[in-house]
Amino acid sequence: MKSLQAKSLLLPIYAVAYLIFLYAPILLLPVFAFNDSVILSFPLGGFTAKWFGVMWQDEQLWNALKNSLIVALATAAFATVLGLLAARATTRFRFPGKGGMLGLIMLPLVLPEMILAMSLLVVFLGIGLNMSILTVILGHVLFTTPLAVAILSSAFQSLDKSLEEAAYDLGETPASTFRLIILPLVMPGIVSSFLICFTVSLDEFIIAYFLSGTDTMLSAYIYGQFRFPANVPKVMALGTILVLLSICLLALAEYTRRRGIARTGGKSSGGFL
Amino acid sequence: MPAAEKSRDNSGNDNGRHARTGHRDRMSDTSGWGRFRRSEAATGLSLISLPGAYVIFLLAVPLFTVLLTSFYTDGTNDAGVKAVLPILTGENYAEVWTSPIYRALMLRSLGISMSVTLATVILAYPVAYYVSFYVAPSKKSLWLFLITIPFWTSYIIRVFLWKVVLGYNGVFSSLLTETGILAEPISFLTNGGVAITITLAHAYAPFAILPIFVALEKIDRSYLEAGQDLGETKWTTFLRVTLPLSMAGVIAAAMIVFIPTVGDYVTPDLMGGGKYPMIANAMEIQMLKLRHQALGSALAVSAMGIVAVVTVVFLLCNRRFLRGSSR
Repeated sequence: MKSLQAKSLLLPIYAVAYLIFLYAPILLLPVFAFNDSVILSFPLGGFTAKWFGVMWQDEQLWNALKNSLIVALATAAFATVLGLLAARATTRFRFPGKGGMLGLIMLPLVLPEMILAMSLLVVFLGIGLNMSILTVILGHVLFTTPLAVAILSSAFQSLDKSLEEAAYDLGETPASTFRLIILPLVMPGIVSSFLICFTVSLDEFIIAYFLSGTDTMLSAYIYGQFRFPANVPKVMALGTILVLLSICLLALAEYTRRRGIARTGGKSSGGFL
Repeated sequence: MPAAEKSRDNSGNDNGRHARTGHRDRMSDTSGWGRFRRSEAATGLSLISLPGAYVIFLLAVPLFTVLLTSFYTDGTNDAGVKAVLPILTGENYAEVWTSPIYRALMLRSLGISMSVTLATVILAYPVAYYVSFYVAPSKKSLWLFLITIPFWTSYIIRVFLWKVVLGYNGVFSSLLTETGILAEPISFLTNGGVAITITLAHAYAPFAILPIFVALEKIDRSYLEAGQDLGETKWTTFLRVTLPLSMAGVIAAAMIVFIPTVGDYVTPDLMGGGKYPMIANAMEIQMLKLRHQALGSALAVSAMGIVAVVTVVFLLCNRRFLRGSSR
């Protein structure tokens, strides 16, 4: 009896150990952000909040953050619009070439980012486009649209087609039906798609590094700081704030997504991907 | 009023309101163009045209350009600037495929990717199994959310933190020496491959757990009861029923981890400190640092080709698990 109990405990213990493995590096962020030493190792130095002050006064950081926020907002908006169109088309209508088109749209999900970045770089250099925030936006929209399509497709799939038909029978036009019936019902999906694309764009490094030219993006800025050991604690402080921000954004995205599924009468299953 | 009659009434009265329900108002259409315009196909095509055009111009065209560039020649233009000259040649491929450096880098990338895939899938399976079979349905979403959160935090910072954990006198080493388990500080970074594998296995964990979890969720629980009623033990039921039925998820997980890790750039760069490059680092050096776009393109096309071949072979070897699993 006792051995049986030990056996059934094995799996939950493993699962919790695995979660600790997943969180271990991230839990170190605040530890080193408040540590009064430039060397990241144990035993720790004293407690200090000075790295947050150092971070706050870094001009380059603010500039990179501004660039990244512009890119992330634009990317989230464009990717969500493209995702909305593609998800609506593929979940509701049948048309020739649908499978191939959807496959092409979702392709960046399985291509190594390096290949995406490289191929865009070759074309942009070829047509003489200067690398800037704009080229990063173009790349990030390509990279995040599949995520938007995945999220919005599940939002559209849980939509009951008879609601739309009822609206037509009550004399609404396709446009007004979309605005009055469909849009409010998929709104949580739109919000969640926007937040996810925003977060992914903010974090993305390879495309941001290849296509940004002289406009430094936040991820490239962080990457550059690692070359100078004295700057690392400052990055730990920045990382702590970024982790808190992304957890808030994701919790918000997940909350709206669930509420949306509940509203359309579906059952929540699984997470984002 | 019967439904059919009602709908015909409507389509007669307010023509055009049914543009989105093509099957209903076919009767009221006269011209072929009008019928097409109102049809499902036309609406679908017009909706997909914008995202479709975007991926054609920013994905299909660039990929094709890379393919074309890989057959061009690196050189200098009239102004003396490094450029790609449109002279067709197979030399880039000859260099990529005969150079011992690129062969070593490609083999290293494949080796690391495969060990990452193996480690990630084997470590992830029990977790997916636990969440699917033992966690109460109301708590499942919470578990999945907890599993995905670390994945949404900055990738570069996570990689760097692994360097801090595994490095000489790093967190791991200093904890062990402080507690007296180890006499001398150790470093995992001296072996770049191990450090890169651990870091990537951590980074891709959620990608492996989610597809396996989805496949496990789809398994009809009555099969398992049937297995045990027929005299199988829990363990043999797992081996003969649960595992084969979840193989589609395992295969998906393996591919989702394998394909992007072959082309990973950040981890070898940060963990190996430039001394343990993978194929993507070689591409970056050719493309950005040396401005050899043609050679860089040939490297990229070759790497993609090898990954595609490995993936197809892997899928063919596992095709018996994929047949009939598309439910």
